[in-house]
Order: sequence, then structure tokens, then C-alpha cells
Amino acid sequence: MNDFEPKIVAFLCNWCSYRGADLAGTSRIKCAANVRAIRVMCSGRIEPAFILRAFELGADGVLVLGCHPGDCHYAEGNYKALRRMELLKRTLAQLGIEEDRFRLDWVSASEGDKFSRVVNEITEKVRQLGPYKPKEGNKVA
Amino acid sequence: MPKLKIALYWAASCGGCEIATLAIGDKILRLAEAAEIVFWPVAIDTKYADVEKMADNSIDACLFNGAIRNSENEHMARLLRKKSKILIAYGSCSYEGCIPGLANFFNARAILENTYCETASTDNPAKTMPQPTVIVPEGELDLPVFYDTVKTLGQTVAVDYFVPGCPPEESTTWLALEALLSGNLPPRGTVIAPPSTAVCNECPRIKHEKKIKAFHRTYEIVPDPDICLLEQGILCCGVGTRGGCGALCPKAGMPCTGCYGPVEGVRDQGSHLLSAWASIIDSNDPDEIKNILDGIVDPAGTAYRYSLPAAMINRARMQP
Repeated sequence: MNDFEPKIVAFLCNWCSYRGADLAGTSRIKCAANVRAIRVMCSGRIEPAFILRAFELGADGVLVLGCHPGDCHYAEGNYKALRRMELLKRTLAQLGIEEDRFRLDWVSASEGDKFSRVVNEITEKVRQLGPYKPKEGNKVA
Repeated sequence: MPKLKIALYWAASCGGCEIATLAIGDKILRLAEAAEIVFWPVAIDTKYADVEKMADNSIDACLFNGAIRNSENEHMARLLRKKSKILIAYGSCSYEGCIPGLANFFNARAILENTYCETASTDNPAKTMPQPTVIVPEGELDLPVFYDTVKTLGQTVAVDYFVPGCPPEESTTWLALEALLSGNLPPRGTVIAPPSTAVCNECPRIKHEKKIKAFHRTYEIVPDPDICLLEQGILCCGVGTRGGCGALCPKAGMPCTGCYGPVEGVRDQGSHLLSAWASIIDSNDPDEIKNILDGIVDPAGTAYRYSLPAAMINRARMQP
């Protein structure tokens, strides 16, 4: 499994986390190149279906980043994300998807270093877990 | 005009869809007038061998209910596909997996061990399990092979139309039969159901902005008879479920459990229900949110009760 490079899909909110990612880039902070970023206007826009679809299409891990509680550009979108993602986490556990493959966290526009840390952490954890294979045939154990 | 040749078959199902076919009442006479039933194991004495002898495409339409979970189901799905001009996935099991599809939270070994060895009322010290073949003095006997993963009919063979419901309501069944009898068929791939959006749109209960502090199971409270059940904290699937049933369950004081499948344009019913339920929680405090969510004891099983095999993630991964 040495050559396994995890594919991580990251949903980033436009106002904080995407800018945090941008800051990590312009500050030349090193971070794992495994993340495919998808910018959304708000973490409150992210539906559980997006995460399931990412796994279905071959993601090995999914990251959802939004503004810190209290800092949402739309006042409460990130709280909505918190409620939805907490319920989704419980569902993923029932579907046998390891906890470390999915993470919700808060990254502000000034936290390039935190963005890089979160990305490195999930990449390493998923690397340890190995690839996620969503569809398995009838012979799966 | 020659009579339409119609076949009906049940795979992994409970038999409720067979009853639902008869629930069309006296319209059954119109069906009998216009159609000849050439194969219907539950009602008439026809054998699999009779179907095998039929010419390809000689059946005008086959109403196939039940999911695909063993080799016999799969064989009959392929056989009836070959012999039928129109194949209809009739009822939730063949459309999206339904209750048999909940087996996708486990695998064949876990299910057989539980059923034949672990249940409290089982006395099986030799751990005798069903085998696909067994040799007896009279010769070799076969049983269908039991699969790990339940599939929908559409995941097994090409399907022309889908009829939702567990079981389909009389009006829904008649829509499909009327389309067949009149020859006025919708585009291939259509889910045949009365035009509707979600069950909520057919539900007469009064709806306000939903903000809830606790989820309740149905036996825990006596719900107000006039107000939206979800608003009262009862997990109702009406918000994410195709209408067409007339909101029968909410009208009777029980929550919608989602049997008509996703609303038009949505593929994964369960994730939409999770999204809706979580969104109405009236709290911004992480710990309180967790406590409120503890009231949903089985999120995956409740949201995907009828649609796990058809979902984006269609089975639980088992530890080897």
C-alpha cells in the first residue's frame, strides 16, 4: 500500500475556508496535494448527498470546512452544516465507513496554517485506512 | 384485437404486491377482458419450464415484484426480461430494494448465522446451515444461492417502467395497467405514479415553520391530530417521499415511512431525509444537537428503509 495516494474531496465555504486555503497557497505553506477543492457559497449549502456522492465516485475521504461558529457570512449556515454532518456521521458509521474518512471542521480566512494541518491530518489518516471501495460484488465478505 | 399477454412474478418480496394487484377491485374484470395472464405463480398453475418454452418477446408485459437476492430471483429476472416486451418493476422491492434491501446492512454469512444459530429460539447444536446443493439417497438437491447484496430489478436487467409503493396503491397500479391496456405508454424509464410532488403536498395536516427540540418515537407521544407530525418531533418521511398515495399514513396518525421512494428528480431518498431532519433541529449548541440527534436511534435504517440497494452507498461495508 506504499504507493496509495488518497483522493480527498474538500467542500470549502467561499467566505472563510476557501480563503483560508488560498492563504495557505499564497503563504507557501506546504500541505498534502491530495485534496480536490470544491467551493460552495456556504457550508450550510452542503447536503449529505454531496458527501455520499463523493464516496460513490471514488473519494477515499471527504472534508467539509466552514466558518467558525458565530462567524458565518449568512449568520447560521455553519450551524446547519453542524446539525446535518453530525447526523450524517452516524449514518456513515452504520454503513461501515470509518470515522476518519469524513471530517467537519472550521477554518477562517486567516487560518492558512490550520487549513494545511487539517488537510495533512485527514490525508495521513486515510492513507493508513487504505482505499475506500464503495461498490463490491456479491462475493464480498 | 388479440388479448395482451401478461405475466406476473414475485422474487424477494412479502406477497403484498400480489394482493395490491387484486386491490384494483372490479377493474380486474376489465383487465381479464383485455389481457390473458400467461404466468403468475401465486395464482395460476404455471411452471418456470412453461416460461422457458415461450418465444422471446412473446409476453407483452411483465409485472415483476420483489428484489433480487438469490440465484433463483436473478434467473427469473433474466428469463422474464428475455420473454417480455415490457418489463415493469412493480412495487418498492423491485424498484429500489425495500425491506429485503435492509439485508445490505449485513452479508449472507451474518444473516444465515443469525437466523440458523444465534436467535434465542433456535436449537441447532450441529450448526446445520442451508447449502446450495446436498446429496441425499435419492440424488442431488439444489437450493438457490443466497447473495450477500440485495439488488433492485433495474440493477439486474433493463427495466422499462417503475411502479412505486409498498405496496402500490390501487390508483397507482391502475395507472400502470391502464397505460398497458390503452397502449398509451409514457417514455421508457418513467416512474408511473399519480402526478404529485411530495407526500407533504397531499397531507392535510397544518404546517408551520419547523423547529424541534426533541425527536419522539411513535409510541412515546400521542400526536396532535391536526398538526404536521414532523413538527411534533415524529420522524416523518413525507418531506422526501414521492406522493401519490394520498398521504394515507399521516392521515391515520402515523408518520410516512417513505415507501413511494424519492421525489421526482432525486436519486438518493435517504440522504435527503437526513438533510431535512437535521435542518429542523432548534439548537446551535454542539452538545445539545448531539443529544437531540440521539432521539433518532437508527438514522440509516429509517432514512433508507425502502431504498438502501438503490442508494448512492448501497450496502454497509463488512469487516472481513
